[in-house]
Amino acid sequence: MGSYIFRRILATIPVVLFVMLFVFSLLYITPGDPAAILAGDQATQAEIEAIRIDLGLDRSFPVRFVEWSSGVLRGDFGVSIFTRLPVSTMIQQRVEPTLSLMVVTMVIAITIAVPLGVLAAWKHGSLIDRAIMLFAVLGFSVPVFVIGYVLAWTFALQLGWLPVQGYTPFSEGPWPWLRSLLLPSFTLATFYIAIIARITRATMLEILQQDYIRTARGKGASEQAVLFVHALRNASVPIVTVIGIGITLVISGAVVIESVFALPGLGRLIVDSILRRDYPVIQAVILIFSFVYVIINLLIDLSYTVIDPRIRY
Amino acid sequence: MKLLEVRDLQVHFETDKGVNRAVDGLSFSIDTGEALAIVGESGCGKSVTSMSVLRLLPTPPGKIAGDIRFRGEDLSTKSEREMRRLRGGEISMIFQEPMSSLNPVYTIGRQISEAVRLHTGANTRAARKRAIEVLILVGIPSPEKRVDEYPHRLSGGMRQRAMIAMALACNPALLIADEPTTALDVTIQAQILDLLRDLRKRTNTAILLITHDLGVVAEFAERVMVMYAGRKVEEANVADLFAHPRHPYTQGLMDAVPKLGQVRSGKMSKALAEIPGRVPDLTQAFEGCVFAPRCPRAEDVCTHLDPGLEEKADGHFAACHFAPKEAARDKA
Repeated sequence: MGSYIFRRILATIPVVLFVMLFVFSLLYITPGDPAAILAGDQATQAEIEAIRIDLGLDRSFPVRFVEWSSGVLRGDFGVSIFTRLPVSTMIQQRVEPTLSLMVVTMVIAITIAVPLGVLAAWKHGSLIDRAIMLFAVLGFSVPVFVIGYVLAWTFALQLGWLPVQGYTPFSEGPWPWLRSLLLPSFTLATFYIAIIARITRATMLEILQQDYIRTARGKGASEQAVLFVHALRNASVPIVTVIGIGITLVISGAVVIESVFALPGLGRLIVDSILRRDYPVIQAVILIFSFVYVIINLLIDLSYTVIDPRIRY
Repeated sequence: MKLLEVRDLQVHFETDKGVNRAVDGLSFSIDTGEALAIVGESGCGKSVTSMSVLRLLPTPPGKIAGDIRFRGEDLSTKSEREMRRLRGGEISMIFQEPMSSLNPVYTIGRQISEAVRLHTGANTRAARKRAIEVLILVGIPSPEKRVDEYPHRLSGGMRQRAMIAMALACNPALLIADEPTTALDVTIQAQILDLLRDLRKRTNTAILLITHDLGVVAEFAERVMVMYAGRKVEEANVADLFAHPRHPYTQGLMDAVPKLGQVRSGKMSKALAEIPGRVPDLTQAFEGCVFAPRCPRAEDVCTHLDPGLEEKADGHFAACHFAPKEAARDKA
């Protein structure tokens, strides 16, 4: 087990290196010259050239990649071309709203989707099942920003229960913090709920046909125990896998949601930075998102051994 | 009062092709401590019968009618909660597939003590102690270690022993064993049957054994009930049934059992006897005797008149117009 974890962590190194290489080459494969943008419309060719040298854009690709990556490994992502602030400082300022959004979204999604999926499988073919699956299809097909505006209009503008937009830091108290996150998180959670509920239902349907479920009923276990103790744990491997894969959707959704609800997070930062061709920031944020993805999927792989004793690495 | 009494049990399934009469008018009973075997080929309604007793059939699509009484109490009037108290407590079941009947993600001990905790209200510790006790009872070596083992680490025979341990953990009055040895090697089969026989003697548990294997019946049961197409076609003591099978279906079943030395005793080319035709489609309505289309002795009367179950000799019932009465048939 220990050696597996070690090997699994080693295996993430090439992945991270590859992501770093890709992220870094963005600067070369995308059109537009950051020096020209920074210099403005009125700048002369000489001025642009001076900025380019100042930013180190004149040196060769391998040299700059090695320089950049050794900085990254030390936690130094360079300096923003636009704000002239260290990228790590900018990220620190922005990381809390995004992290909060992701965590609250996942908690909401899992606590709603798994019981819904279990219920749908248990009552499969019934009206409840069809209603849940209809909701799931809607969750897939309606764009995030539409759901966001509808929810904001209903719960913030009409009912006035929640703030329309903006973010309250956790340091100002957990309740204001949570209030500011409920709308964006629910919005972001919709399709996440949809995929988790669907996979839960499908897996549970299969598991409920198994002989050991009959055994559990045969020994007098209650339906709740049959569903949540005997069946759900056996259904957990696919469910947890989908939760992990869904993280990508949450990350890309966060970028949109932060704009809709005006949350000062990493998603907003990357959108702004793309518009400004602020490559050091873009690179850093993408790198952080991929790192989060890699770590979460590592944790999910490891969770399989806890869920199912037959899985040993 | 009988321990379990089933009268006129009807189990029907709604299917796309119509109503499948999986069990049609079945009656039987078991005394305390008795061993009754239900024999029949696949699809004759044996398992459906046993599942109906514990109300474990999904309804719908299933529909159960008739009278099922346990210790004189009508089970159809019991609430789901009361049924749960019965399941695994007073009546427990073991199933055909030991490989898949245990939950793969929990230890043997956890699964046995779950039954104990549900029915006796014992705490975790006492339940675990009881789990080890029953593992000893079913002859699992080093039970203190096995109790923490996951099912996939045990062999098929060991798993079936663990299943039996789970079923016996709450001292049931009735154990329903649905093909308990079918999935096991022959030597293990014998061990499991020995175990069940021994446990029955020691705990005075009545056993309803469901099987398609006449060898198992002869070894194990006191009384036998032969089922065909959802009906009882013959019932007798084991000795009577094997000595004088009265229903042509039972005779067919016995002829289809290979006997040691049969081929070498001069009749080199004689193939094993089989019953021609196949089990009828139970969604189709029919008249007369269910077995008539496959019966070697069928005559006109069989195609329009249901023979009904009749006592042909003392305690020996058969549903056949031509089954000999009283005088034992000489089967050379």
